[in-house]
Order: sequence, then C-alpha cells, then structure tokens
Amino acid sequence: METLNHLSRLLQEGDDSGVDALTREAIASGIPAEDILRALLAGMAVVGERFKEHEIFLPDVLLAARAMHAAMGHIKPLLIAQGVPGGTKVVIGTVSGDLHDIGKNLVGIMLQGAGFEVLDLGSDVPPERFVDTAVAAGAPVIALSALLTTTMVRMREVVDMLAQRGLRGRILTIVGGAPVTETFAREIGADAYAFDATSAAARVRALLPVA
Amino acid sequence: MRDVSRIEAAAVQPGRGEVLHRLGLEPADVATPRLEDLLVRSAALFARVAAPAAVFEWVTREDFATIYEGDGENAPASPLDEIFPRADALALFAVTLGSAIDQAIRDLFDRGDSALGYVLDVSASYAADRLADLTAERFLASLRRSVSGGIRRVLPYSPGYCGWHVSGQRALFESLRPDDIKVALTASCLMDPLKSVSGVFVAGRGTVHRFRPTYPFCDACTTQQCRVRLATVK
Repeated sequence: METLNHLSRLLQEGDDSGVDALTREAIASGIPAEDILRALLAGMAVVGERFKEHEIFLPDVLLAARAMHAAMGHIKPLLIAQGVPGGTKVVIGTVSGDLHDIGKNLVGIMLQGAGFEVLDLGSDVPPERFVDTAVAAGAPVIALSALLTTTMVRMREVVDMLAQRGLRGRILTIVGGAPVTETFAREIGADAYAFDATSAAARVRALLPVA
Repeated sequence: MRDVSRIEAAAVQPGRGEVLHRLGLEPADVATPRLEDLLVRSAALFARVAAPAAVFEWVTREDFATIYEGDGENAPASPLDEIFPRADALALFAVTLGSAIDQAIRDLFDRGDSALGYVLDVSASYAADRLADLTAERFLASLRRSVSGGIRRVLPYSPGYCGWHVSGQRALFESLRPDDIKVALTASCLMDPLKSVSGVFVAGRGTVHRFRPTYPFCDACTTQQCRVRLATVK
C-alpha cells in the first residue's frame, strides 16, 4: 500500500523517472498491475482536481501525464496478458483540412489521464477514417477538433456519415476547438461540446452509460 | 514599398515571466522546479529552431477595400470596416517563425514530451505576436521616413478575428504573395508554417483605432483582446 501511495505522489509531482523506477519495483515485488493502474489513475484524478481548482498549471498536468505514460509502458503489457479490459476507447483527431493539433493532443492526454484508451488519428483526418476506426476498434466515442471556421464545418460530415451508416446513437460525437461553440455543436447534431481540454474528459464520461 | 526582414530569434523570444503569464501563472505564483526546468529547456530549443522572418507591403485604401471584401464572407459590419477608411496608411503583412519550430513542437508531442511541447508552443505563439508587433514598428518607422503628419500608432488586424472572415486570407495572400518568407496558405486558409501571423497594419492617430466592441460577434468572443488594445490607444 505504501508503495502505491508513494507512486501516486510521485505521479502528482510529475516525477517521470521516479514513477518509472517505482513501477518496475512494484511489478517485481508482485503488486498486481491492476492495483498499480488504480493508484496511477487516482494520482491523475488528484492532479485533475488541483488543476481545476487552479492550484497547479497545465504543464504540471502534462508532466504528470508523462509520468503516467512511463508507468503504462510497463503495466500495459501485463494488463493485456491478464485479460484486464482496457478503458473505454475514444477516437480523436483534428478534422480534414486542419493541421492544428495542440488542443487535440491536450484533450487526448486528459482523456488518458481519466482512464480512457485514446486512439489518436492525428490532424487533417478525413471523415471516413474517424468512422471506420471507431467501428473497427469498437469505440463508442469520436472526439473532433478544429481551430478554424473554415474547417469546423467538416465536423458535420463525420456526424452525417454516422447517420448515413446507421451508427448515430451507437457512436457518439464530441466536438471542440477555438471557434466551436455549444450552439454550433447542436446545429450539426454533435452529441456533446467541450469548451476546453479540462472539461473534455468529464463531458465524454457524461455521454457514456454508467458502468 | 515592400520590406522583407530576417530577425534574430532573441528579438522575439519571450522572457520567463511572459511565458509563465501565458501559462496562466500570476507574478505571485511559484513555479515548481520541474516547470522552471521546462522553461529553461524550451528557451534553449526556441533559440535553436526559431527563424523569424517578416514581410510587409504598403497598400492603398482602395486596394485594401477590395482585399478586405475577399470572398464576401465577412460580418455585415466589423471594426475594420470603420477603422481602415480612417487610416493614414495601410500595409499587408505576414510574419513567421519558420517551419522548424512547428516540427520541433510536433516531435515533442509525438515522443510523449507534451509538457515541453506545450511550453514551446506557448512561447512560439507569444513570439509570433511579438514578431508582428516588431514588424508593425518597422512599418511605422518607414512611414515616418516618408510621410509627414501625426501618425502615432500602427496596429495589426488579421483575418479570422473581429468579423474579418478567415477566407479573407485568400485575397490577402494573392496580393501579398509572402513566398519570400516561405509562408503558404492551404485550401482551408491555414497558414503553413502554423506559427505565422498575417493581416493588415493600420497606421494613424490613436483615435483611428477606436471602436465600440458591441458587434454581434463580440458576445461570442472568448479573448476580448480588443479591450486591451483599445486601452493602449489615445
């Protein structure tokens, strides 16, 4: 227990080398990977709360995410081997014609920190790739990002494609980015809108049925 | 008149306090040692990869009116509608930090160092704005050499903001053709490299820039940056 608390603290401090070493130590001492994951997610939840309360800043969150990434490199293969189900999958990307990806990356990091499995398609992603990936991976959520008024209209194409393929309701969409508003999200038929990276994970979670 | 310049990275590089401010820290806030380390590493990387370049070209009010009209997608009324006819001089401009800094940011995120990538991105955004301001000063200096009168202030205005539709980039780029600083426009009006700024410099007395921020689109504006600018003009 002390090891896991320590691990959570190191993660909150963004100490990636400390988290890396202690994760390896924990595995070697026989602590189940699932317990290690739980401690890491608890640490990320604290980080998320502190960020929401303006006690820490985005780079601190990203440092914690980097530490989480280091730990996951060790425990993910074990979780897979043990048949532990991964987090809910979210397909994420910046829409066709748009090359901005910082905001999308931040949302992806926040989602991972909240325990989601993120399938990041990058930027300039055509609509069919979003839909095909979500179908193939069994992802119930597609998260769409755009930073330009000229490209945010492409979000509608993804929503429409889901409708054409009879997937509306089964695969949900969340949209965000500087020019995107709640009103625009409603107009194009998106299922949710996130104002920023911090709120995205909560919005995605609210979309999904309670487990 | 057309002016092309290459600028030292140090001239636009933000200081520690400016980066911290953009990261949301107030002067009283204490940055953690890890955040301080990020600032140092980001600054070193910025100095290595940023390659600031700028171009501006004088344009008449009549020619700018056509450029501003663009694809006809602007808001029915906008601040620039009011401002540019009152200007003493106008110049189209584009500035960039070059493609290497875009790539460096992308590489950092790709290899999981998002914290450093984010700090570098924030620094580069600040620097691109600073570069536009420096280029505005350069335009002002060129005006003072060739135009008499009371031109006191130059401010930049860009497509994508305050009712000037982002599609206005097309007409702006067709006229300015900033190939000499290697900035291109994509089909969706995105500038490549990303850390670039373009628009029009409006020169005149401070009052030229005054407007009431009560346009329909002002309600949806999340930055309210114009209020800061308005406070600086007399």
